Amino acid sequence: MIEIKDLSLSAGDFSLSHLNFRIESGQYAVLMGKTGRGKTTILESICGLRRVESGTITIYGKNVTNWLPADRDVGYVPQDLALFPTFTVRGHLEFALRLRNWSKPSIADRSQQLAEQLGIRHLLDRKITGLSGGESQRVALGRALSFYPTVLLLDEPLSALDSDTRSEMQDLLKSITKLNEVTTLHITHNQEETAALADCSFELRDGKVERLTGMSAGKCQ
Amino acid sequence: MPFFVVMGGISSCFVLLIILLLLADLRFASIAEFKTALLKPEIQFAFQLTILSCTVAALLSIWVATPLGYLLSRYRFPGRTFIDTIVDIPIVLPPLVLGLSLLILFHQPFFGWEIEKWMRDTVGFPITYRWPAVVLAQFSVACAFAVRTMRVTFDQIDPRAEDVARTLGCSRGQAFLQIAFPQAWRGMIAATTIAWARALGEFGPILVFAGATRMRTEVLSTTVFLELSIGNLDAAVAVSLLMVAMAVVVLVVLRLLGTGLTS
Repeated sequence: MIEIKDLSLSAGDFSLSHLNFRIESGQYAVLMGKTGRGKTTILESICGLRRVESGTITIYGKNVTNWLPADRDVGYVPQDLALFPTFTVRGHLEFALRLRNWSKPSIADRSQQLAEQLGIRHLLDRKITGLSGGESQRVALGRALSFYPTVLLLDEPLSALDSDTRSEMQDLLKSITKLNEVTTLHITHNQEETAALADCSFELRDGKVERLTGMSAGKCQ
Repeated sequence: MPFFVVMGGISSCFVLLIILLLLADLRFASIAEFKTALLKPEIQFAFQLTILSCTVAALLSIWVATPLGYLLSRYRFPGRTFIDTIVDIPIVLPPLVLGLSLLILFHQPFFGWEIEKWMRDTVGFPITYRWPAVVLAQFSVACAFAVRTMRVTFDQIDPRAEDVARTLGCSRGQAFLQIAFPQAWRGMIAATTIAWARALGEFGPILVFAGATRMRTEVLSTTVFLELSIGNLDAAVAVSLLMVAMAVVVLVVLRLLGTGLTS
């Protein structure tokens, strides 16, 4: 569960104030809005990369507003993916697990399991240079899901993909988030993506987050 | 066509000047004189001290430049502009002034306490007019260039990967060591090489702070000066050519590494 209460933050030329929304456990929520309105800023504040001016961010009942990013248990896939240039695909899937001191067999099992779920088993020993857009997306997604985060944040994950790969990735996102039982917040400005993926959807409009009606019922508030 | 003639003509002036300088040196020195000069024990000592002092100065420089370059590249903190400016001072300061400043720093009493006296009497490691002074004088300038290089290196590395690493469980230190550091190796080698090359060419601060005592604080740049001062032009040119060769090796290393700093 993610709950944002009276959140105020600023970045660059704009500021957002008194944002309120709530996503229930296991829901796939989509946040829409025009470019440059602060959607990414909201996501960065949830994962701890941006300080908030006031308000609270609660994840599964814990007020994480002032927690370090490492302690929040949030998987994050930025728009530019930000893969690690010196790592192999396997290294990406294992990185968070090694930081958590998992045993070697557990790390190997988890990376194999993720690679199969994401369809990237044949790429495990490849460096990230030369991966296609879709493959890179899968690696970034696997990296973010590897440590069983409670929350997954996706920043326009499909925007750079062609229509065939996009449709494929939509199916993958839907299935893998259910499989990993993770509460997801996905940012996009694409109506089609929203219709295909969202349990509930919000729109950032005039500095406020409003719940969109007419979508599948959902439990978002 | 006239475009290339004009642009090429202007550009070639500088290239031609460098080539003519090297050719003049080569024409002046004979192989026999070159050998004689290099067999002199004083010059051999200077060569060894140069290699050692430049290496120590370069290693110290990269040790300091890596964290400092990273901090200047990644963070906005109070006093950042001030530190950024301070780092550049050794680059623009006249070399003799830098040497004089080092000399004053080490011999200036602070409430009765003097760095040189403390280093000599308490630590047992005197600095001024000894080989450590050579290293410190070289380090003062070389480190400034290494910091600039490392800052550019980290500027070119996307900080987003480190941000993502922090969401995956890294502290800032782990993100630096595990994500940024492995990407910076080319820059680190380039910074070390540039620091080494700068240290090689250092003369003014060494002359003032370490002196130019034969078989004690003499490095190749001071050898050229000492040989010139006693009218031994042949030996001065031979040593100059040796330094040119060393500089060329450094440039070739940089180019082979493909650092982009020499392309």
